[in-house]
Amino acid sequence: MSGQTLFQKLWDAHVVHVESDGTTLLYIDRHLVHEVTSPQAFEGLKLAHRTPRRADAAIAVPDHNVPTTDRSQGIADPVSRLQVETLDANCAEFGITEFRMDDIRQGIVHVIGPEEGLTLPGMTVVCGDSHTSTHGAFGALAFGIGTSEVEHVLATQCLWQKPSKTMLVKVEGQLGKGVTAKDIALAIIGEIGTAGGTGYALEFGGSAIRALSMEGRMTLCNMAIEAGARAGMVAVDQITIDYVKGRPYAPKGAAWDQAVAWWNTLHSDGDAKFDRVIELDAAQIEPQVTWGTSPEMVTTINGRVPDPADAPSEVKRHDWTRALEYMGLAAGTPIAEIAVDKVFIGSCTNSRIEDLREAASVAKGRKVSPNVKLAMVVPGSGLVKRQAETEGLDRIFVEAGFEWREPGCSMCLAMNADRLEQGERCASTSNRNFEGRQGQGGRTHLVSPAMAAAAACAGHFVDVRKE
Amino acid sequence: MRKFSVLDGLVVPLDRANVDTDAIIPKQFLKSIKRAGFGPNLFDEWRYLDHGEPGKSNHDRPLNPDFVLNQPRYRDASVLLARDNFGCGSSREHAPWALQDYGIQAIIAPSFADIFYNNCFKNGILPIVLDVAVVDRLFRECEANEGYALTVDLDKQTVTTPTGESIRFDVDAGRKHRLLNGLDDIGLTLLQADKIKAYEERRKQEAPWLFSGSQQ
Repeated sequence: MSGQTLFQKLWDAHVVHVESDGTTLLYIDRHLVHEVTSPQAFEGLKLAHRTPRRADAAIAVPDHNVPTTDRSQGIADPVSRLQVETLDANCAEFGITEFRMDDIRQGIVHVIGPEEGLTLPGMTVVCGDSHTSTHGAFGALAFGIGTSEVEHVLATQCLWQKPSKTMLVKVEGQLGKGVTAKDIALAIIGEIGTAGGTGYALEFGGSAIRALSMEGRMTLCNMAIEAGARAGMVAVDQITIDYVKGRPYAPKGAAWDQAVAWWNTLHSDGDAKFDRVIELDAAQIEPQVTWGTSPEMVTTINGRVPDPADAPSEVKRHDWTRALEYMGLAAGTPIAEIAVDKVFIGSCTNSRIEDLREAASVAKGRKVSPNVKLAMVVPGSGLVKRQAETEGLDRIFVEAGFEWREPGCSMCLAMNADRLEQGERCASTSNRNFEGRQGQGGRTHLVSPAMAAAAACAGHFVDVRKE
Repeated sequence: MRKFSVLDGLVVPLDRANVDTDAIIPKQFLKSIKRAGFGPNLFDEWRYLDHGEPGKSNHDRPLNPDFVLNQPRYRDASVLLARDNFGCGSSREHAPWALQDYGIQAIIAPSFADIFYNNCFKNGILPIVLDVAVVDRLFRECEANEGYALTVDLDKQTVTTPTGESIRFDVDAGRKHRLLNGLDDIGLTLLQADKIKAYEERRKQEAPWLFSGSQQ
């Protein structure tokens, strides 16, 4: 018998009950809750006269609707305000811990979980948000769910699931200077496509992944969903354990030793079999820039906008043509000649302290180009913001002409006031370049934080390795 | 949960791959704290020529005549014919809520995104995966024949074309049973309450730190 994959180990540790057809009742250790996908779940609970099975396993935070400008007056948009107030009221009623908008710990749900030690290796972690895959960076089984399942987890602390297929994405070798986890993520999606991971749980392995910091691993796992995989994960190693140690909600004392002993087993066995294996050479990965309206529409900074005539299929030709029309781009345009109107550095993909350091190191001593109308930096949490300010990163950004904002999801999806206007083009460190994602008619190009900062200063995309 | 058994429905073809849930229901409508009322804003940015906002009346908004849902021949369609990777992106259940509220009860595509696929079953919508060549053919037949309708039978797991051709599809037995009977997932799970309790007791011994909670 061959060894087990990390996915199988995590799965087996959480099985409560198996039906005859293999459908499994899986136990959920951590439930992250935010204001957008939870109100109808709480309403459902109340209508059925149910209460949360384990309020202590949940943690809530408002992030999608919160303003990133001055918050002393609350939320101006009454519809957004009601949604956040509804979260506050539901958490108070059911005894769920919430980091409210005025709490220094408030931030993007996928930033605060790891930051507080609420996300731990070996856990099953769910949230009514597709980017829950982020938490897989800790050797956890983490995936996004819909609102019906949010209600189900609140009521039962379990979910009905069938095991995913497993895919190992192996990235060997050393990344070039200026090439980041974001570029690995986009290169993988370019390789396997946005549906390449559908039905799979991805495990990222290989020497280039082991060399990544926890924040880099979170960026990578965050974008597993953009490859179609609900879950992405990285094996536990000393980097994982060092990151978790001492965090507010991490185990302490004897419990810590007991936990580490188990966590050290959370890796795929050497002879484990995966349903699919793909390999990438880290040294070949260049800084990536998306050109279209799906994350798989991606090339390198030295590439050009492709010609739909070269598309591999009729359906793709149709999609590429439509994407170029929406993006206002002509086939054959060098990526480095595309000018940007706005720059967004933030989101659950790239708003952690290392992301901000990376962007600041590029922006330091430079100025945002006059053709860029707005360049903004939105830290992932209040604690990330405070850390950045301690290091003086905020001054670097502000002196360069960036706006330094309060934490939240912001212009990744533009549910608050931060958005693109019709036709505006943005270099964005977020995760989705879908039509209208950052504002109706807005045109998004996904890049790493360093590439976004470089584009802000140059006014167009530029190879950060030459800066 | 809403039941699904047999549907005899007009088909609307949406000829685009990778239709994401942001396109199905744009973010501004996610500010609602209700489950109902999303139908008028289904595919809002493609369906209307102006910008939609929650609370704004949709009756006098200018329709995009080129968008397939606005074509009179597809009015009252209840079967959506789609391309690969339908429902990708955000996990928002508002997407199936909007489709269901509009009147879509079944979606046929060569593939679906995982989270969306799962969310459909929770809302009485049947997502059907058919071979890409079959879907291609249905697109051609649908576009060539006004009033093109399909019969979807969940119990028999068949899609029947107007010429009487029966195409079989796969569906997970557990999901099928729940959808056919409109069963409440939570109610079913609570039947396993003893097993959940036993699991928790065992885990508390093995991994006590998982029960120290978020309430410090």
